[in-house]
Amino acid sequence: MSAPLVQVQDLAKVFDVSAPWLNRVIDRKPRQFVHAVDGVSFSIERGKTLALVGESGCGKSTVARLLVGLYGPTRGNVKFDGIDAMSLDPAQTRTLRRRMQMIFQDPYASLNPRWKVLDIVAEPIREHGLVTDDGQQRARVAELLGSVGLAAADAEKFPHQFSGGQRQRISIARALATQPEFLVCDEPTSALDVSVQAQVLNIMKDLQRQRGLTYLFISHNLAVVRHVSDQVGVMYLGRLVELADKADLFGRPRHPYTRMLLDAIPDIHMTGRARTPVQGEVPNPLSPPSGCAFHPRCPHANARCSSERPVLKTIGGIQIACHAVEEGRIN
Amino acid sequence: MSATPLLEVKNLRVEFPTRHGTLLALDDISFDIAPGEILGVVGESGAGKSLTGASIIGLLDPPGRIAGGEIRLAGQRIDNLPYEAMRKIRGRQIGAIFQDPLTSLNPLYTIGRQLTETICTHLPVSEDEARTRAIKLLQETGIQAAEQRIDQYPHQFSGGMRQRVVIALALAAEPKLIVADEPTTALDVSIQAQIISLLKRLCKDHGAAVMLVTHDMGVIAETCDRVAVMYAGRIAEIGPVGDVINRPSHPYTVGLMGSIPVMDEDRERLAQIDGAMPRLNAIPRGCAFNPRCPKVFDRCKSERPNLLDAGVTRAACWLVDKR
Repeated sequence: MSAPLVQVQDLAKVFDVSAPWLNRVIDRKPRQFVHAVDGVSFSIERGKTLALVGESGCGKSTVARLLVGLYGPTRGNVKFDGIDAMSLDPAQTRTLRRRMQMIFQDPYASLNPRWKVLDIVAEPIREHGLVTDDGQQRARVAELLGSVGLAAADAEKFPHQFSGGQRQRISIARALATQPEFLVCDEPTSALDVSVQAQVLNIMKDLQRQRGLTYLFISHNLAVVRHVSDQVGVMYLGRLVELADKADLFGRPRHPYTRMLLDAIPDIHMTGRARTPVQGEVPNPLSPPSGCAFHPRCPHANARCSSERPVLKTIGGIQIACHAVEEGRIN
Repeated sequence: MSATPLLEVKNLRVEFPTRHGTLLALDDISFDIAPGEILGVVGESGAGKSLTGASIIGLLDPPGRIAGGEIRLAGQRIDNLPYEAMRKIRGRQIGAIFQDPLTSLNPLYTIGRQLTETICTHLPVSEDEARTRAIKLLQETGIQAAEQRIDQYPHQFSGGMRQRVVIALALAAEPKLIVADEPTTALDVSIQAQIISLLKRLCKDHGAAVMLVTHDMGVIAETCDRVAVMYAGRIAEIGPVGDVINRPSHPYTVGLMGSIPVMDEDRERLAQIDGAMPRLNAIPRGCAFNPRCPKVFDRCKSERPNLLDAGVTRAACWLVDKR
């Protein structure tokens, strides 16, 4: 096995969500912090897909933004192809950025409505000075549009002339413009209808096969994750609770939260099946529970779970953060 | 199925007059809902599923208007009622649940006030009785410490809790029909499951029929008795939920089912329907699905199919007619 392309070590991001200084003084309120991502570690093999799943507020999008450098981490580091991405000077960072790109969730918000598709897709090429000749740029844009199933003539149109699925393809074409090795996809199909989602997922899989791309795929939809990923990480309140190969995670989920998530998915072929409704809701990240963050909702919680925070350990070939599994209380 | 349907929609047409001509948003929609039945309405964005719901509760946004057909609730026509008369029916006989629980509650009033107001408007009860009833409804929807929480404001509730309040509000006057428009779309998966089972249980307890509008086939499969699949302003297929999902007749339904990633099987590629749903100003002649249909033939391009019997389900497709 070759060295992983992306290695993330103990990544953390803390956001300061305190009230303004004057309000804090008047109301005698302390500063407040949200630990959006708290000690996340994983690695992704070249040409593979790691999916991060979790409910809103679990920090999965923050991880995506940390990886591509849209946020600076509070702690931890990211290694890309063996290079420590956190200790580079600006020029080297720029070179590195060329090798990783991001696809955003909302194709209506991530394309500039005043720009032609040509300018949108050519922007990364121009920004990195990859192709300077105007004619060659056009040819490159046409080729990129072709690779995502759009026509070369579409380059002269504006984003509003396209449907949601087509816009997401433009985003993919833009992300591919610098010939990156690593794509971070933050809920790329959540805003799309199912039949269009199928088109976009198929394109993404085809591109991965043709170009050997590595994906970090962020989603809350477990069925989609099962379809695209090789490895799956489940996040809860800023931490990874389980990280396993797709077959293990879906075939034999270990962590109680993973089981709960899998239980909550409606199954379209077993009509009328009663599923166990999940208890409780995600706690407020401003005041997360002590010990294991999941313990107030967990059917297997005991005194240790509410006082001691479990760390991610390798148990039986998968990585899991759960006292109950570690002690063999549940299998 | 009982003899008299609770809701009858017949040949409903909804138009939007615009500067560039009139757009036909709903074209010849007909279906029934029996008392206590849960009908799912599924389709992609722009198929007209929410408009169908809005027409039934009389909340069509202008300039949209009902241009033809009729809607009957328990035999009475409700599509041509004056605003005030419709207002009395809405809430009392038809309850509504919308997608976003934050915008369907008034942020300036306590939820208790919103509930008692609804109850007092529609039922002959005193303020105190209404409050007792409101607390009971909140308890039924699984809100803990309802006596205290009734005096809180919507912002003090989480998304899932708010949607529970909205369900309590919809059930407040014991309506016979609930129109639920994407009730779980704004919620996380784990909360979705809670809300769906709650909605199902409460409507059964209260004997209310439900028209559940959603784009999530999984939710439909778990909840509904029958389902109507909509495409470009028309019903493509309607029938019992198991048959539509497992043995669909309309090529669009077949494609839709194939494009959903499912948990219990591995597919290398998802079936995809090429292209996108046509815009309202460019609906093709004949069957609206014909440019994307893998089984298209001449008749589809010239003649528009109506709903035809296709075994157990009914499908608007000429393939069914040939058999």
